[in-house]
This record gives sequence, structure tokens and C-alpha cells, in this order.
Amino acid sequence: MTATTRNVVIIGSGPAGLTAATYAARANLEPLVIEGVTAGGPAGGQLTLTTDVENYPGFPEGIMGQDLITGMREQAERFGTTYVTDDVTGIDLSSRPFRITTTSGDDVHANTLILATGAKPRRLDVPGEDRLWGQGVSACATCDGFFFRDKEVVVVGGGDSAMEEATFLTKFASKVTVVHRRTELRASAIMQERAFKNDKVEFIWNATVTEVLGDGADGVTGVVLADTVSDDTTEFDTDGVFLAIGHIPNTDLVADVLETDEDGYLIVEQPATQTVVPGVFAAGDVSDHVYRQAVTAAGMGCKAAIDAERFLAANDA
Amino acid sequence: MGATAITDDQFQAEVLDADQPVLIDFWAEWCGPCKKVGPIVDELAEEVDGLKVVKMDIDKHPAAARDHGVMSIPTLLVFKGGQNVARIVGAKPKAALLSEISPHLD
Repeated sequence: MTATTRNVVIIGSGPAGLTAATYAARANLEPLVIEGVTAGGPAGGQLTLTTDVENYPGFPEGIMGQDLITGMREQAERFGTTYVTDDVTGIDLSSRPFRITTTSGDDVHANTLILATGAKPRRLDVPGEDRLWGQGVSACATCDGFFFRDKEVVVVGGGDSAMEEATFLTKFASKVTVVHRRTELRASAIMQERAFKNDKVEFIWNATVTEVLGDGADGVTGVVLADTVSDDTTEFDTDGVFLAIGHIPNTDLVADVLETDEDGYLIVEQPATQTVVPGVFAAGDVSDHVYRQAVTAAGMGCKAAIDAERFLAANDA
Repeated sequence: MGATAITDDQFQAEVLDADQPVLIDFWAEWCGPCKKVGPIVDELAEEVDGLKVVKMDIDKHPAAARDHGVMSIPTLLVFKGGQNVARIVGAKPKAALLSEISPHLD
């Protein structure tokens, strides 16, 4: 298929990518969003894996994460955004227009590129995890909690996501044990309080999961826990393991060209969203490990679209 | 017309006893990633010759999912001659689904 050149190509379909699309579309730049399928996490981003979003402005009663994303997608589409439901396999930033290839083998050429690829859930990287992925090991409580009715599950992590997953899983599971490597949670006060108040949620402090036990037929049967103080290991029986141990920015395809910080996040020229390659901008969790909110990602997406519009006006007029 | 929705009662006849390979998509309304893979599965139903494509809402019809060890959705299973020959866990791009499915087509 012959490649077309677009004014603005946006990779990623979370709040950053879709807000960028709305702004670029309203500027008549006819943006193309490569929304992804699974690379770097689900299309629509991490919001599609949550339940109620209670802190996005304008929704006093909260809104479901999936509904919020669907609304953003339709809003961008209304002004002329087009979508490609495919994963990106290659990005060539050596000259403009930039060249992007996707899993279907199609080439897209871009006068400006907005990277809004987000971050994917971090994995434990321990024996048994890969073998039992989708057979009791999960990073999506809202997707897979259903399969653990009256069963016991472990949630690994100590942040807001871990508290949300633990609290959500009590709708199904008979017991939820949060395993955290420290004695203090990173989660916000309101999320901690909800988990502490829930009778079904228990905590194991100063512990890490070093192996997931079970076989393909029965799924997960337990985990091996290591005490971070004494190094003692114990087996802990459980039917499921839900991971909420942070995220890794999705920069695989550009990390050798663009500048990243020590944690791998893309560096932009704050307060703008310009990366080290002129015409390439970054927005959302791929370049922000400080705030990591839907509303801050949306804000950065807006900035990236305006930056791209000004870049095009200055360079391609 | 896309993937045909089937029930637990139809599973035996529509999937296990089918005389051609069957792709079944286990999904639910509340699963975000399922909403992304659903339209791709519909496209496969239209485009892949010799493949029967069905889907099952596990909220309403949990038995077949349970019997086949589905513990995460979306999960796609391929059945051939009543045997489960492929398992795809999680949403994947169309090209990736095709490459996992096509070895099982005649």
C-alpha cells in the first residue's frame, strides 16, 4: 500500500492522544490516531482497565474509565480524526516526514508526530508468571475479577492502583491479601482508607512475590513470598495474583533516538512538549512519571497539538 | 454480519460438533480490552474463509468459559474437531490473530 503523508500523526489513544486529536482536528489538521491494540497496554490506555474515575473534572458523580475514553474518542472523531486500530512496529525519525510502520505492514508518513504511547503495567519477572498469565495472573482486576468469585486472591503493590484493585476485587473474592514490599503505602489517603476499612482486605508487609505456583490445568495455586527484612521465604496459598506494581513507559521504538530520563521517560522541553527531534512531541504518561493523571495527560495532549500546529505553521507554511 | 453470539446451550452443537474450525471470543460488557478485540473478531468472521466465528458473553454464559479454563478476558479459543487447538489471551492486532489462527485452517 502506498504511504500517505499526514500533518499530524498521534500514536496512542489514552487521554493524551485523544485530547491531542481533538485539538489538532479542530485546527483542521486532520490527525490520524494509531490507537494500538495491545502493544504497551490496551487501546484507550490505562483508563480502560479502571472502574470509576472520580477525579476527572466535570463529572461530579464520577464516570466509568471506559466511558470517559469512549467520549474522548467520539469527540475527536466528530472534528475529523481518523483512527487506525493497529500496533506500531517501527518509527523512523531520521528525516521529515517521519515514517511509521504498523503490524498490518502499512506505512504512514507524518509531518509532525505526537507520541502519547503511555506506560504499561510492570511485571514481576519471576518464575511462573508468564506460564500462568491469563490463568490466574492478571494486571486487570476489572477484566478478570469475575473469575475469582468466592476465591482468594493476592494483590501485589502499594499505590492507588493496588488499593483500587484490592477494593474492587472484594466484590468477587472471599479474601484479598495485599502484598507490599514496604510497611507504608504510596496510595492516596482516600484509597488507603477504603482498603483498610474493608473487612475482606488483609495486608502482608515487607514481602515480595518471588514465584507464582500452579499449573495450566488448575491455574494459580499459590505464591512464594520473601520477607524483605529477614529474606525468609514462605508459600502462601492463593487462587489468583493481580499485579499493581507500577508502570514502564512505552518508548521501545524511539528510545535510541529520543532523550529519556533515568527511568526511561521521554524528556520534553518543559513547559512545551517538544522532544529533541524537531516536529516530534510527547504527551502523557510516556513523558510524565510525576503526576500520571488522566487530566494531566489530557492537558499535555492539548499542549502537544498546539505545539504541532505552531511547528507546522512555522516550517511548512 | 460479524461473529455470531451463542449461548452455553449451543456450545456443543455450534463449536464442539462443528465440521469446520471455530474461533470463539469470550467477552463481557464490562471488559475494556474486549471492546477493542470484538470488532477485529467481526472482521475475521467476514474475511477468513473456512473459519466459523462465534462469541460468548461470559456474564450470561459462564459454563463453557469455565470448562475450558478461561480465567482472563478477552480470551480467544480455536476448536477443531471438538478439540481446543489454540488459545489467545488478551487483545492482539489483527495480523497477530491471523498468524495464530491460520495454522489451524485447512
